[in-house]
Amino acid sequence: MTAEYTLEAQPTSTTSLGGVWTGRSKYIIGAICVALAAIMLAPLVVTVLASFKTTVGQAALPPTYFPHELSLDSYAKLWNYQDGLPRYLFNSAATALLAIAFSLGLTIPAGYALARFPIAGKEYYFVFLLLALIIPYQALITPIFFMFASLKLTNTLVGLAIVHTAIQIPFSIYIMRNSFEAVPKELEEAAVIDGCSSWQVLIRIYLPAIRPAIVTVALFAFVMSWNEFLAALVIMNRGVTFTLPLVLAAARQETSIGGTDWGLLQAGITISIIPCILFYLLLQKYYVSGFLSGAVK
Amino acid sequence: MNSMQRARIIGLFYLAPAVIFVAIFTAYPLLQMVWMSFHNWSIIEPARWIGAANYVRAWTDNQFWVSLGFTLKYTIYITPILMVFGYLIALLVTENTLLRKFTRGVVFVPVVIGLSVSSLLWYWLFSYHYGLVNRLLLDIGIVDKPIVWFGEDADRALWAVIISIVWKVVGFGMLLFVAAIQAIPQEINEATMVDGATYWQRVRRITLPLTARTVLLVTLFSVIGSLLAFDQFFLMTAGQPFNQTASSVFWLYLNSFPYLKLGYGATLSLILAVIILVCTVAQMWLTRRTHA
Repeated sequence: MTAEYTLEAQPTSTTSLGGVWTGRSKYIIGAICVALAAIMLAPLVVTVLASFKTTVGQAALPPTYFPHELSLDSYAKLWNYQDGLPRYLFNSAATALLAIAFSLGLTIPAGYALARFPIAGKEYYFVFLLLALIIPYQALITPIFFMFASLKLTNTLVGLAIVHTAIQIPFSIYIMRNSFEAVPKELEEAAVIDGCSSWQVLIRIYLPAIRPAIVTVALFAFVMSWNEFLAALVIMNRGVTFTLPLVLAAARQETSIGGTDWGLLQAGITISIIPCILFYLLLQKYYVSGFLSGAVK
Repeated sequence: MNSMQRARIIGLFYLAPAVIFVAIFTAYPLLQMVWMSFHNWSIIEPARWIGAANYVRAWTDNQFWVSLGFTLKYTIYITPILMVFGYLIALLVTENTLLRKFTRGVVFVPVVIGLSVSSLLWYWLFSYHYGLVNRLLLDIGIVDKPIVWFGEDADRALWAVIISIVWKVVGFGMLLFVAAIQAIPQEINEATMVDGATYWQRVRRITLPLTARTVLLVTLFSVIGSLLAFDQFFLMTAGQPFNQTASSVFWLYLNSFPYLKLGYGATLSLILAVIILVCTVAQMWLTRRTHA
């Protein structure tokens, strides 16, 4: 798969399958595109809008598609829900940042070593690092929980970040190794002649050269960690350590009195997707290349 | 010590942290899982060796088969839907016009949000009183009273989940299909256009065969992902009614955690891991051939 796939402008191959679309069918195709985009966006749009309904608006039956008047009632409720939104935002963000730090800290040196050092049995190490590809973490979660319980890592952000790092390791290693291998060796040789140590070469020559890989690994580690549910559910069982998905799941299960508070849930969903959409808009290129290379690893 | 040996040692030094990390947090739990599966193991009592008893128990555990059957059913239903929709959308948006690039970008949006969050979103949309799906169906006149999507009928709940997941992940297949279709050399298309083949003839004779590997690859992704489904069922159906919609991962989660039967949970994990392994090996074999 070598296609230069971008979601941005691309001058070539404008007729890959088209060219035959003329006249009426062109408009039909256009209409289908618009309809498809509308269908895909609708669930998100109605949810975000619903999060701005007033408490009274939330209770209307039948439910309205759009809010009649806007309010921040639901956000106010979410802000003070249990340990408070700031706590959950902090937990989610801190876990994700730790996962990024662990991922980069482990896979930059490993990618460097795999690409540039004459290590005996290198390919065996590489396959070993990809172990998590063969065994899904959903299956490992039971022993990991047991291990974490004895290491006192349950209910800690570091513990959860470790699991998230472990889930992402194959992807991160794969991206890093490829990226180091793509840097021309001549750059390094020149630096070595200048008397740079391997560490200096890594910092001065390679780090600037592999910046796209660093962004990709960090982006995928963040999104994975921010959204991950099962490991968080297992590792974190005290309310104050909950991440955003966990507290929303807890809010969904509060069916005791009056049922689920939909407004609170919608506000929580809206807040959870903001960074994901933002990063998608800003880093689309990295998303696409990451997904494409991740898929064929 | 010559420079070659030196480089070897330095290289190992750089590689060691990642290798040790994987050894501790992936390889060790894997061995531990095998070990646990032969024990009666809970947090409270000391572990007791019980041989293959956990496996015998899985064999005779009705819920194990219900969960496995339900997970397979989900996988068998959703995979063709994802493939067909993903491919049709890819055909629709492959061309690089502004509108199509926009549509591509929009179809991909749900892929980047969390599965748990999208499950909660659809849990609301499908809810009985306040859900907009029922409101819409009533407005169009397809139904004359709201539908109970979750908790009453396993099949109805399954379809609600399938709709939500198709929305969530169809963009992933589309992305890979578009890349594969765009990689088809221009000349091949032009040659067949000169032949006067219709659009669908070209799709069938040229596009599909030349992207067949990608189709298989995405199929395997979908199969593996579906066999490991958890969030969507835990958050949308909660296994209702009567654990009929509890997927395999859901059932191993229930055993390991709320029930704290870690030994049995490990056994269920191992069985699942073996099933997934078969799919993964097929996938790796396929990607290797794609590159060759």
